[in-house]
Amino acid sequence: MTAINMPGKKVLSPRLREAVNGYLFTSPWLLGFLIFVIGPMIGLIWLSFHRWDLIGDPRSVGWRNYERLFSDRLFLKSMEVTIIYGLGRVPLGIFVALGTALLLNNRRIKFIGIWRTIYYMPVVLPPVAISLVWMWIYNPRYGILNSTIQQVLGVPGPRWLDDPALVLPSLMIMAVWVAAGRNMIIYLSGLQGISSELYEASAIDGAGYWRQFWRITLPLLTPIIFFNLITGMIDTFKLFTQAYVMTEGGPRNQSLFFTYYLFQKGFAQYQMGYASAMAVVVFFIIMALTLLVFRWSKAWVFYEGELSGAS
Amino acid sequence: MAVNVAVAMPQRKNRLREKYLPHLGVAAIYAILLLGAVLIFFPFAWTISTSLKTEQQTLEYPPTWVPDPVQWENYPNALTARPFGRYYLNTTIITVLSVIGQVTSSAVVAYGFARFRFPGSGVLFMIVLSTLMIPFHMLIIPRFILFKHLGWLDTFLPLIVPNFFGGAFSIFLLRQYFLTIPLDLDEAAKMDGASAFQIFMRIILPLARPALGAVAVFEFMSTWNDFLGPLIYLSSDRNYTVSIGLAAFRNDYFTAWHLYMAAAAVAMLAPLVVFFLAQKYFISGVALTGSGGSKG
Repeated sequence: MTAINMPGKKVLSPRLREAVNGYLFTSPWLLGFLIFVIGPMIGLIWLSFHRWDLIGDPRSVGWRNYERLFSDRLFLKSMEVTIIYGLGRVPLGIFVALGTALLLNNRRIKFIGIWRTIYYMPVVLPPVAISLVWMWIYNPRYGILNSTIQQVLGVPGPRWLDDPALVLPSLMIMAVWVAAGRNMIIYLSGLQGISSELYEASAIDGAGYWRQFWRITLPLLTPIIFFNLITGMIDTFKLFTQAYVMTEGGPRNQSLFFTYYLFQKGFAQYQMGYASAMAVVVFFIIMALTLLVFRWSKAWVFYEGELSGAS
Repeated sequence: MAVNVAVAMPQRKNRLREKYLPHLGVAAIYAILLLGAVLIFFPFAWTISTSLKTEQQTLEYPPTWVPDPVQWENYPNALTARPFGRYYLNTTIITVLSVIGQVTSSAVVAYGFARFRFPGSGVLFMIVLSTLMIPFHMLIIPRFILFKHLGWLDTFLPLIVPNFFGGAFSIFLLRQYFLTIPLDLDEAAKMDGASAFQIFMRIILPLARPALGAVAVFEFMSTWNDFLGPLIYLSSDRNYTVSIGLAAFRNDYFTAWHLYMAAAAVAMLAPLVVFFLAQKYFISGVALTGSGGSKG
């Protein structure tokens, strides 16, 4: 595979030429993968066994960073917050998105394109801008939400982002507002991919809407829903902007999302080794989730094929 | 997933129901959809309303929706309180170069995976797929150290250069699309003596415009809206992006919600305009992959 530089095309057999072309065309990704993924991964694991504040030299500390993790109440808190948030936000998002998609997937509903555009709009906005806007909406004293509650119900509203019990639900509602449109489109295209013959056959059989929903629609959407569930949980571990801009992890660490804590340890306190150990642990958790997806991948890859074939 | 429903009983021939009709009437569905649309627009409307009020009026109870007087000067005031023009320019430079890098490199790589069989190609593509799931946020620390060693900190390079090596999501989307282009076209061109690269340039790329458009808009959005990356890599004010500038602006005053909202509205403008101009690419891209361009 080294004799590439020969100008005469006939020198290479077709199979060899195909292989050379394949490696050539995929080489940018391979190179990037080594430099920006594999390299940093090795670096991450190495760092996790060291202590380093970016100044002097890294000092080897064995497993001490990992041991520290399990007695670090804030780390455990950040895991708890992240998982609770995911368990609330992800099913809520799926419910809203799937419900909207079901409503839209009806021949008698017109202007689907316009509805789709409206619902998709928040998806494209900068998270920092969204965070500022919702901070203002949730503002306990002057926000439109509490002003309206005061006007309509005559009682002061709750403190939303400043209330340890309400901060996560408040952020979940905001997140559903942001992302529902994107998942709705995914479900809508899934729904449109279901063959109408299935429905016709079951209608002849006397099945009503809900029976069809439970027997046909939902089972056929299960791969997409499951895929959404897992990727949603993974995304929760990336959540950062809201914590940084809106809550700074508070009140009482109730919104101390994992990535925010990682950022604090790494880039505010410069505990590079310890932060790396945190990342390694979460890396393995997410990889376990990913394996779950791949056990199901046959089902959803089949869907991809159907969809792209149809468009 | 096998679904066993088609046990037809022809003699009981019910009138065919509307394919997906729920029990709700059409009017009820429209009402729910409209409520949803109102909920979507509400934060936008409140942003615009606040952005045109005086500071005094933002703190009034009961709140008013229509600013009186209309404070147009909030916009110039907010946009000059920090150099937002500069931030916009920086973000545009980073985004345009990232989009160019992402689209060209991913298309080249996707072509390699779609059209050539070579030892290890299956395994490599599985790795591409699996990196879709890798939480790249977990790698911020070693990447930061890498870019520090390269002397790239406080430049745009850490945000741009990685895009020139292809992105897993873009490669996946483009490969799926390339596979739908008939091989006969390649074969015919090959007969005419076209090289692999010529086939790529003259046949594959022109036919894959919808997919290339989807990759471009997703990359635009994820770069334009990125926060953590610029926050870590950019330190001096003159290099800030819009998002970083906006977050910093928030800390400049105690409560200047009229100005924050004006700046936020302007920050939302560019992505919204691009979305409206290119929305068909978004919709087809999301439908094509079952994902929303959620690259790490």
